[in-house]
Amino acid sequence: MNTEVLGIIVMFTLSILLAIPLGKYIARVYGGEKTLLDPVFNPVERFFYKISGIKPQTEMNWKQHMVALLTINMIWFLLGMLILMTQGNLPLNPDKNASMSADLAFNTVISFVVNCNLQHYSGESGLSYLGQYWLMFLQFVSAGTGMAAAVVVFRAFRDKSATSLGNFYNYFVKSCTRVLLPISFVVAIILAFEGTPMTFEGKDTITTLQGDNIEVSRGPAAAFVPIKHVGTNGGGFFGVNSAHPFENPSYLSNMVEMIAQLLVPMAMIFAFGYFIRRRKLSWMIFGVMTVGFLMLAVPSINMEMNGNPAIAAMGIDNSLGAMEGKEVRVGAPASGFWSIVTTVISTGSVNSMHDSSMPLSGMNELLAMMINSFYGGVGVGILNFFVFIILAVFISGLMVGRTPEFLGKKVEAREMKIAMIIALLHPFLILVGTALAAALPQYTMDSLNNPGFHGLSEMLYEYTSSSANNGSGFEGLGDNTIWWNISTGFVLILSRFLPIIGPVAIAGLLAEKKFIPEGEGTLKTDTSTFGLMVFAVIAIVAALAFFPVLALGPIAEYFSLY
Amino acid sequence: MNNNTSLFQKDMVQQALTQSFLKLNPKTMFRNPVMFTVWIGTLVMLIVSFWTLTGAQGQGSFGYNFTVFIILLLTLLFANFAEAIAEARGKAQADSLRKTREETPAKLENGKMISSAQLQKGDTFVCEAGDIIPSDGEIVKGLATIDESAITGESAPVIREAGGDKSSVTGGTKVLSDRIVVKVTTQPGESFLDKMIALVEGAARQKTPNEIALTILLAGFTLVFIIVCVTLKPFADYANVSITIASFISLFICLIPTTIGGLLSAIGIAGMDRALRANVITKSGKAVETAGDIDVLLLDKTGTITIGNRKATNFYPAGGIDEKRLIKAAVLSSMSDETPEGKSIIELSEKLDVKSEIKRDLSLLTSHISPNFVKFTAETRSSGIDYESTRIRKGAADAIKNIVIEAGNTFPIEVGESVKAIAQNGGTPLVVSENEIVLGVIELQDIIKPGIQERFERLRKMGIKTVMVTGDNPLTAKFIAEKAGVDDFIAEAKPEDKMNYIKKEQSEGRLVAMMGDGTNDAPALAQADVGVAMNSGTQAAKEAGNMVDLDNDPTKLIEIVEIGKQLLMTRGTLTTFSIANDVAKYFAIIPALFITAIPALQRLNIMNLNSPETAILAAVIFNAIIIPLLIPLALKGVAYKPIGASALLRRNLLIFGLGGVLVPFLGIKLIDMAISVFF
Repeated sequence: MNTEVLGIIVMFTLSILLAIPLGKYIARVYGGEKTLLDPVFNPVERFFYKISGIKPQTEMNWKQHMVALLTINMIWFLLGMLILMTQGNLPLNPDKNASMSADLAFNTVISFVVNCNLQHYSGESGLSYLGQYWLMFLQFVSAGTGMAAAVVVFRAFRDKSATSLGNFYNYFVKSCTRVLLPISFVVAIILAFEGTPMTFEGKDTITTLQGDNIEVSRGPAAAFVPIKHVGTNGGGFFGVNSAHPFENPSYLSNMVEMIAQLLVPMAMIFAFGYFIRRRKLSWMIFGVMTVGFLMLAVPSINMEMNGNPAIAAMGIDNSLGAMEGKEVRVGAPASGFWSIVTTVISTGSVNSMHDSSMPLSGMNELLAMMINSFYGGVGVGILNFFVFIILAVFISGLMVGRTPEFLGKKVEAREMKIAMIIALLHPFLILVGTALAAALPQYTMDSLNNPGFHGLSEMLYEYTSSSANNGSGFEGLGDNTIWWNISTGFVLILSRFLPIIGPVAIAGLLAEKKFIPEGEGTLKTDTSTFGLMVFAVIAIVAALAFFPVLALGPIAEYFSLY
Repeated sequence: MNNNTSLFQKDMVQQALTQSFLKLNPKTMFRNPVMFTVWIGTLVMLIVSFWTLTGAQGQGSFGYNFTVFIILLLTLLFANFAEAIAEARGKAQADSLRKTREETPAKLENGKMISSAQLQKGDTFVCEAGDIIPSDGEIVKGLATIDESAITGESAPVIREAGGDKSSVTGGTKVLSDRIVVKVTTQPGESFLDKMIALVEGAARQKTPNEIALTILLAGFTLVFIIVCVTLKPFADYANVSITIASFISLFICLIPTTIGGLLSAIGIAGMDRALRANVITKSGKAVETAGDIDVLLLDKTGTITIGNRKATNFYPAGGIDEKRLIKAAVLSSMSDETPEGKSIIELSEKLDVKSEIKRDLSLLTSHISPNFVKFTAETRSSGIDYESTRIRKGAADAIKNIVIEAGNTFPIEVGESVKAIAQNGGTPLVVSENEIVLGVIELQDIIKPGIQERFERLRKMGIKTVMVTGDNPLTAKFIAEKAGVDDFIAEAKPEDKMNYIKKEQSEGRLVAMMGDGTNDAPALAQADVGVAMNSGTQAAKEAGNMVDLDNDPTKLIEIVEIGKQLLMTRGTLTTFSIANDVAKYFAIIPALFITAIPALQRLNIMNLNSPETAILAAVIFNAIIIPLLIPLALKGVAYKPIGASALLRRNLLIFGLGGVLVPFLGIKLIDMAISVFF
């Protein structure tokens, strides 16, 4: 078999094999059981809890959880604005990079707070090292926020009936210290050995063979890059992200970063099963997600490997695949695979330019973000999927002749209302955002790199990426303008917090309800039949709504090319 | 009982057709958000049609636009027709019940005659043999045999008497003998039947909780497609594609779930109607819905699981006693015994080989003696006959044992053993003694209704736990429970035991249904999630429950549960079907919208439809005619099969999910081929 394809299979299989035990470990962490790192972190945590006056044992209901979550996010945002807008005059700025403009800082801080990392700047010139460090901090805490929210949902289904669902700060801190930090540490060491720089010194200069002097940006990248993947953030230290030779120096580093981003989202699914003691349910969720993932990834890899017919028509050898916008050390198949992984999961880091993907690969990247729950971001992926489960439970519950219930809780009008609003929000933000951009060419047309179908795809991609909290860009778009900074900034806020609050609210409401024991007539949600139902709901709700716009974008492009 | 099975009767159809137009009133349409958006779309198309007449450019011909308008109007009418025909059927059913009680004269106690319509709650009237009872009520004095066939279809007359649990009479039934004084229990126009008619007609119909939740889902889908269609305009402009208003409206109407939206209320009404056809009056639509969720069924043993009463099945003579002597004594002691058990002893003796011999002996005996019959009392717990110097007694084992031992005789061990064996087998032993000497034992057995095991098996597969309620001792109860295949039983049950059992199950989150008739059942009927009162029961019981069974048939609960499940399933499957249809409609309309401007997209036209106009018309026509095609299914309900939830889901997903994807491809293609003739 083609070694490039084999490499992908190894990456994917390794991710699954590592995710299962990690899931078990995560369930132990949230279950409050003893874990290996307790002796290291417990004293530190106790100290910080003490000075901040937080009692991590205090139980919270779902509303208190959400208040805590929004409060700390607000504080991170304000601090971030302050730092980025004054970084030029703050320490750790050897390259003398300037402070950010208000609209760019707004967009940047929000996108890091919401785990999106849409970057309308280039790290080399746009940020000081202090700025980078603050963003790195946000990469940890935003991932921790998503995980903590997911645990609130987990908790809601663990006990038969509950109003108190644990302590937000406890879940949040544990997510950071017991899961994200140790994994990032391991990844960082591997990357450092592979050649990713770790220094506080400013730009280096080299003299090329031609005799030109070239300045080379560097910095504490080896610390930054791991959490970018482990926390499914995706914001690169350098402008071109993991296509940059410092950020992703070798095929091995590419594999490690790939596994690092798949690991926690997958493990959270298994953790759910271990935590509520329904492992079969985890496998149903994992199965549906994996089938969906493969349906997007396999055609994309195939198309990238087959190359571009327009280039072949010019008589140019295309046997390496569609290599425009790709790195030779990574190759077409691994780039195609990465492009789907990074969009399916809300990472959004790139090792190739998605703008150059083949039309239908580009569509699959878009679809991956439109669905946003085949694995999905850390914590939030499973929350998004949960909304689809609720919709599927409702329809299939009726189909077996019972009013719908999920894990022993009746799904009624109130939960449906919330689930429907959340399911609606994503297409709303994407379509309305893109429609406004298309309807107001005076603000947007100058920033488009391509006219025609591809230009529409570029705009669509930007809003899809924002709404999915993904952060990757089609990169054909000149996106550092007030229009893009502000409009995507608002999309980011709405599409981050509402899809967290919604599922948590549903779970909180369900948790308060009476538990109904399962019987013969109860719809089992851990079966492949139900999995098929969830898949159908996702395909129809998430994908069908975008069919018209995809037909005008990538599909039209595809048919014009082939 | 008028149980016609034809779905569309001429007069009903006419009535429904008129209603379909009347329901176009926006105030009525507003109740259904999905169809209301269709209503707006239709209005827009009407305006656009006239606009094209006055020379609008780029919107297509008047003919095309007007055709779209007509099809949309038909879509609305079809949906309204579905609701109207469901209402008409329900109403016809209820009317046929109500007709039986129209304008009957009522005789007051002072002899004055008034019309039944003038009877007020609390009035009393008199009925004698031959009278039709003018109104529902409760017997306050007297006893009568009543022919209830007008309501129940059951020809055997029933006995109703003042006091106790058999005191309720229904208007429209006929008194066959005796005289009763009846107190009116409901205001005119407020009987259960009147309430039910109001529910069916829509005036009092409220959306059930599940209907509300489903409406939210459907409204959500509608909103998604509003967004899709509105945002398509700037995208199309960007791509330099011009799309006519007709195309936008068509795309929108095809994508929103009009099929289920149009049939939703018909499904709900049909559920109540099916209950009514099963002779069950429901007090709310919610009760039918809840019935589908029932986890536990409380069933009375007598009448539900066993045929009425116990029957004698065997004679076991004591050691040294001739069997004939035992039988003879048993028959003698039962001669004046009017209880079904007593009668069954005589029946059994007649079946045995020895019958002619005994008959001869008996006729010899009875011709020249003057027997003195001893009635059964609660103290002696035995009955019998005294003649000349012979004293025969039959009764409970310990009662006879006392008599025998008091007289200084012994109670034979082997008799004691057969008594125990009979009890263990679920039977009731009756010991017979003659002159204080034990002759033997008669075995009485409960006869389990034929076919009841299969019904319980069906219930088990539906995930419903069956509980038998009986006054029998635990040993007997256990035997019958096992034999009939119920999951649990309450033995030596008192009314409060039922109540406690219901509360216990409910506290564990289960939904409980029960049936009852007595006043002492009322609290439990009220407590149960589905309480079905028998029509013959007391007013209190009928008030407490949320359904009334006109047939007084205890097995009706099983049917009610299936009706509830059917109702929910019909909603679920048609929702799935409706949404699955979108795939094909997309493939019909999207290429049609764009191929003029972007010829490359012709390859999306996988159905190879004739032209953009025919493609759009075909999709809209399919969308419209699928509604009337599905009306029979909506009214009859999707068949429920107790094959387990997962298997049922697989089955329905295959039929309505996969079917919902494939059928419109076929349908739209065929319609396109047909209308291509005109274009």
